[in-house]
Amino acid sequence: MSMTTETHRDDLASKTGMWLFLFTEMLLFGGLFVVYSVYRYRNSLAFHLAAHELNVFIGTVNTIILLISSSTIAMSITAIQKQNKKLALLLLGVTISLGLAFLVNKYFEWGEHIKEHIYPGSPVLALRGQGDVLFYGLYFFMTGLHALHIIIGLVFMGIVTAKVSRNKISHDNYVLLENSGLYWHLVDLIWIFLFPLFYLIT
Amino acid sequence: MDDEKAHIIPYRTFLYVLALLIALTLTSVAVTQIYLGTLTVAIALVIAVIKSSFVLRIFMHLKFENKIYSFAVIAVILILCLVIIITLLDYIYR
Repeated sequence: MSMTTETHRDDLASKTGMWLFLFTEMLLFGGLFVVYSVYRYRNSLAFHLAAHELNVFIGTVNTIILLISSSTIAMSITAIQKQNKKLALLLLGVTISLGLAFLVNKYFEWGEHIKEHIYPGSPVLALRGQGDVLFYGLYFFMTGLHALHIIIGLVFMGIVTAKVSRNKISHDNYVLLENSGLYWHLVDLIWIFLFPLFYLIT
Repeated sequence: MDDEKAHIIPYRTFLYVLALLIALTLTSVAVTQIYLGTLTVAIALVIAVIKSSFVLRIFMHLKFENKIYSFAVIAVILILCLVIIITLLDYIYR
């Protein structure tokens, strides 16, 4: 990779730094998965029954949305490497739109639960017992933290899109695009585990 | 790394992997609707692990990067698994 003459740049260090950050993210969610395992072990029946109430269809659609968005941002890196700026911008736009679609689905999904008075701290939920309180507490917290990551990823990709369109990111300087891609894939990776653990294991 | 030309992954590779990932997702949904018991958990998690390995290796370019990144990722995953196993052992044999 060629270096510009004026400014010092170290793409390898940027990428390594991004990976180190992703490790802390993995451990953050990992801690929550530890909590999930213990509570599930101690309240297996309640978790089993409560998981039935989640909408598997929306969950599946959202999984596929995230998988497609992961492939489009991966392809946008190929596009920028091949100096196809137009296609890179198009693919970034598709990725951002899919991320927004995920959030819209999540909004309706959470809305359904809240309409039925199921949310953390709800008195109706408290009446259903400790297991349900723990299941929905973890559900709202983990999917909420994940949704926050989606929002951060969307902002990150928005900045990257602006930089691509102003030629600040190009075929010989695209490490920021790669890093936003890595972040987005991590968000996808976490969802790959959240989806079966909350929606499928019933 | 500096003089090396960056590895360009063709578009179709990503499309193949995407098709595979969607197929695996639908498989895990279908399987968990049929089977019951602890086998369901195992199947759903095994499929999730297969899916994440494709995301890590292809989408996140680990297959084409310096091996040190792959080792570091494996180390983090092992630490997580160890913590989960040790914590569960504590709860199961308490």
